[in-house]
Amino acid sequence: MKNLLSIDDLTKAEAIEILDTAVTLSNLSETGVKKFPTLRGRTVVNLFFEDSTRTRISFEAAAKRLSADVINFSAKGSSLSKGESLKDTAMTLQAMGADAVIIRHNSSGAAHRLASQKWIDGAVINAGDGTREHPTQALLDAFTIRRNLKNDQGDLKGLKVGIVGDILHSRVARSNVLLLSKLGAEVVLIAPPTLLPVGVDSWGTSVSYSFDEVIGDCDAVMMLRVQKERMEDLFFPTEREYSRAFGLTKDRIAMMKESAIVMHPGPMNRGLEISADSAESNKSVIVEQVANGVSVRMAVLYLLIGGATTRDLETHLGENK
Amino acid sequence: MNTWQIKNLFDVHGKETELNVEAGLFVDQFSQDAQPQTIDARGLTVIPGLVDLHTHLREPGREDAETVLTGAQAAVAGGYTAISAMPNTLPVADTAGVVEQVYRLGKLHQLCDVYPIGAVTVGQKGEQLAELTAMNQSEAKVRIFSDDGHCVADPLVMRRALEYVKLFDGVIAQHAQDPRLTENAQMNEGEVSSKLGLKGWPAVAEEAIIARDILLTEHVGSRLHVCHLTTAGGVELIRDAKKKGLNVTAEVTPHHLLLTDELAGSFDPVYKVNPPLRTNKDVAALRAGLADGTIDIVATDHAPHPQESKDCEWSAAAFGMLGLETAFSICYMTMVKNELMSLSELVDRMALRPAQIARYENQGEIRTGNRANFALVDLNSSWTVEPEQLKSKSKNTPFAGMELPAVIEKTFHNGALVFDRRG
Amino acid sequence: MSVVLNGAEIARALKRISHEILERNHGSSDLILLGIPTRGVAIAEQIASDISGIENSEIECGTLDITMYRDDLRLKPPRNLFPTRIPASGIDGKNVVLVDDVLYSGRTIRAALDALNEIGRPRTVQLAVLIDRGHRELPIRADYVGKNIPTSKNENVKVHISSVDGIDEVTIESDLK
Repeated sequence: MKNLLSIDDLTKAEAIEILDTAVTLSNLSETGVKKFPTLRGRTVVNLFFEDSTRTRISFEAAAKRLSADVINFSAKGSSLSKGESLKDTAMTLQAMGADAVIIRHNSSGAAHRLASQKWIDGAVINAGDGTREHPTQALLDAFTIRRNLKNDQGDLKGLKVGIVGDILHSRVARSNVLLLSKLGAEVVLIAPPTLLPVGVDSWGTSVSYSFDEVIGDCDAVMMLRVQKERMEDLFFPTEREYSRAFGLTKDRIAMMKESAIVMHPGPMNRGLEISADSAESNKSVIVEQVANGVSVRMAVLYLLIGGATTRDLETHLGENK
Repeated sequence: MNTWQIKNLFDVHGKETELNVEAGLFVDQFSQDAQPQTIDARGLTVIPGLVDLHTHLREPGREDAETVLTGAQAAVAGGYTAISAMPNTLPVADTAGVVEQVYRLGKLHQLCDVYPIGAVTVGQKGEQLAELTAMNQSEAKVRIFSDDGHCVADPLVMRRALEYVKLFDGVIAQHAQDPRLTENAQMNEGEVSSKLGLKGWPAVAEEAIIARDILLTEHVGSRLHVCHLTTAGGVELIRDAKKKGLNVTAEVTPHHLLLTDELAGSFDPVYKVNPPLRTNKDVAALRAGLADGTIDIVATDHAPHPQESKDCEWSAAAFGMLGLETAFSICYMTMVKNELMSLSELVDRMALRPAQIARYENQGEIRTGNRANFALVDLNSSWTVEPEQLKSKSKNTPFAGMELPAVIEKTFHNGALVFDRRG
Repeated sequence: MSVVLNGAEIARALKRISHEILERNHGSSDLILLGIPTRGVAIAEQIASDISGIENSEIECGTLDITMYRDDLRLKPPRNLFPTRIPASGIDGKNVVLVDDVLYSGRTIRAALDALNEIGRPRTVQLAVLIDRGHRELPIRADYVGKNIPTSKNENVKVHISSVDGIDEVTIESDLK
């Protein structure tokens, strides 16, 4: 693994390796080990073209627990907002010797672009690109499901996961569909037709327009954030109508399996896609997801730049010449 | 001057032939005091100079991307002897002044005929008709009007434009794209866009406008030309309109005859183009449409962009790709090599038919007495597309690295050798 | 390849180490064994079981993965992590015996000391190894050694443990280049 751009880049074995590594790291931190010297001297850059405090601090915590030097490079107030191109930014980071670049960008494919153009030779980690993918979110979601329902072991065969809401604009949904399917889970997408992409029938999932019909079969329901702007783009008539049909409420919680869990990638719109009491019900693992996010991101950083990187190997070759 | 005796040629039917050009004109026999230069063109095929009805030359305004000169150089390297400059320049070619400027630059460079296309509406804003008659009566004699890059979306504006150009046998070349259905659209809407998370540009946004425009054309009895057709549904609409006997013509680009939306998966914006690359099914329908005459012509939609407009993330990149220098090879490969049409039919769609639609004179056919516009092509040879070798000022070709059949060896404009691959 | 210890000899060596640990620490109270993956874990479990047999009481035994503390991480592609299991009572104030299969350069043990440092503050840290093959690169020595085997650097000492490898034996192979 050189980069983590898309769940598609991972084999099932690699995905499980990441989860297993995250389990080890998570257990260690429960033992009280907060910091490892593993990435000492490595530079990790958080390159955020889009505001996302929670993802950025999660990656930052992960990198710092591994003793990496962390540079936060955010678009606001920097040359990025003055029209500096992705390419120039990448070349700056390259000159600074970034070992890993964690990129969040509002353009789908931006992370691929960064990695494929050889603008930088460090590892590229996609922290969300447009409406395409958010692989570490999917990994932490799979980790959370596996921890709660599979005792941290193996794959997710036999489980049914419902992903509910704005599938069309959701990179979380895209990465989760790829990963959960790879791990053997059955995925059902639950949304109004306006919020499902044309072509969704090629995703290998089932689709339901009725939350009530499928909620009882789900082992996990993943609520997606619904942006209020969507209403203005005619995706649904009113917030009230949306939340009646697709919101997670106390009544719907009561329809769920005893063992089932409720997830949300955050930030939540309480009262729109999820009611406050649902978010805090005993089925909710939303807070756990945040903690698991750090372990999963530590695992990804460790596996990408903990061992010899391409650059290390090239340097060694150079020394031998 | 410009007197040639070209021997050992094949014509488009594969028959051996000779070509005589005297003082820039095709002749059957030389006059007595003619002193022709002789070319032994063994193995080469002569085709009429190709005619493009859809070229972006970027001058005035974006001379960093292309100029009339570099665009014309690219055109002749691709075997073209007439090109049609789209009006989306800075300023927009919506007045007699701008179209004449472009026309005169073409004349000045003497590489190929450069015919400006006029904007339909002022500033291509889709609101108010530009002075179409003034452009028509200018030195540039504009007959084709288009807001290309933008759709004439307002049905009333489109109706008026179609009616108005009847004044001088003009034609409206429509860029069919419903603007509301394609806000921020990045690529074809379908399976691939759903996975890539790129906003979709649905086929229906193109087809809805084509259908409406066909109905308007029928209603007002005018001439409609549909630019860069890309969808199977669009081909059907044109086919039906032709069956009804309407004066509707359509074009397809070489890239839409070959490339599909799967290429967007690389996120390389060299594949970002408007209208977007579609699916295999659409490509097959376009090829069939061109073969059976539903689609009248090939047009390049040659759209040069400077490096920085493509060397970035997909959504920030400009739409468009180069076409002039690769068009003949791509079409030869997709249509003739695949035995969908003969060479003579292809040449008809790339030279004579476009000249007829645009009413360009002295173009599209090798006819005694006409100005000698033709090219010599080696059909048995191939070449590899290397962006740095292209004549265009920009390098945004989606065909980089591809080995293509059919090499344009020489191009003659008004009898002058304006391109020679070996020279 | 030659066998330097067979199964019976390994069992005898570990039993002797068990007695030495008990003797040095005046019994098994406050004693924790931490095996270093992979084979150190099985050896630690065997010693723990021997000690329990002698003392008639359970002794605490865990594992300590040192991968994240290695000083040669960047010379190879990333290695898999192994779980670290620290007995619930923790290591603070305890006598910790680290257990590994082969003591060679000493770098693994240095990493183990770093790892231990993150977990707590033991009263003492001791080291038990089945084989000490010499060639130390750091000032580290074992407190309990099953067998000292002088080796050359281009020889390979391999410890096979039945729970991992299906057989108990120690072999030496010379690295044929």
